[in-house]
Amino acid sequence: METHALKNSHASSRMHMVQRGITAGFPIMLGYLPVALTYGVLAGQSGMTNLELTLMSVLVFAGAAQFLAVGMVAAGTGFVEIVTAVFVLNFRHFVMGLSFVNRLKTMALRAKLPLTLGLTDETFTVSTLYKKEAAEPYGAYFYASLMLTAYASWVGGSFLGGVLGDVIPARLSDSMGVALYAMFIGLLIPSVKRNGRIAMIAVTALLINYLCQRMGMNQGWAIVAGTLAGGLSGIWILGEEEES
Amino acid sequence: MIIWMIIGMAVVTAVPRFLPAFIVDFATFPRWVDRWLNAIPYAALGALIFPGILTVKPDAPQVGVAAGLAAVLLAWLNIHIIFVVLGAIGTVFLLTV
Repeated sequence: METHALKNSHASSRMHMVQRGITAGFPIMLGYLPVALTYGVLAGQSGMTNLELTLMSVLVFAGAAQFLAVGMVAAGTGFVEIVTAVFVLNFRHFVMGLSFVNRLKTMALRAKLPLTLGLTDETFTVSTLYKKEAAEPYGAYFYASLMLTAYASWVGGSFLGGVLGDVIPARLSDSMGVALYAMFIGLLIPSVKRNGRIAMIAVTALLINYLCQRMGMNQGWAIVAGTLAGGLSGIWILGEEEES
Repeated sequence: MIIWMIIGMAVVTAVPRFLPAFIVDFATFPRWVDRWLNAIPYAALGALIFPGILTVKPDAPQVGVAAGLAAVLLAWLNIHIIFVVLGAIGTVFLLTV
């Protein structure tokens, strides 16, 4: 009787974490959908089949890299160059991954490992802004459902884009390209309002990234350099109070 | 041919994603590295926003800047992130007549 009640409460708190994860992932879903549609349209135009362009979203799940690959396919670039460029562009996830798993010290490796495969710029930043869930029971369910919400939107949107082709008016799909940047801004501002010094970290990263790109560094490495340098400035800027 | 490109892309994307799980599991970092890693999300956001936002409309970078400022304003007023995104999309839509 008692164990039955206990089981029920476990199940309900699991469900609760899943619901909260979906809610937290909803803005990503909204941001991904137009971008994924655009990717699907462009990939279709570059000569990829619907199966291929959807499979790429299923297996790669990295927006910027997929756009890059589609552009290179359309330009007739070779396989090795494309894969190398994707590696460089996506290496930032290694830095983000270190930050992400460092917050999940109490979580078992078998729970952490699948979560890391769902890391994108967006799922990473949203996840790390929901800090306290990492320490709550069934925290892995929260992050998993957040990431699966984003993933479903990315894969579904890609497929739809491939099927719909040019049905969406160009002016609307062009306008929707700003969605992800607006989401990054919408994620950053509340943290800056809470602690103004966070702006200094973001601006340091932004300037280093900009300068590196101006000096001709590849975009992928420039983002990695900016992120590392901005984070480094945080060692002094944040002090102790942000540690948790 | 395309399928091998997709598999290659999947591998070089997945490995940097999951390696940190093993590294953090077997290593303990000094406190300053913890602080560094805790600041990474904010740094990543900064690096991802700029200069990328200038390419929203590659031939008219001011459109991206205007949409970005609209997003900052909306977010500053504690408006839900979904409406921040929609507001920025609306700004670009209106500016690209």
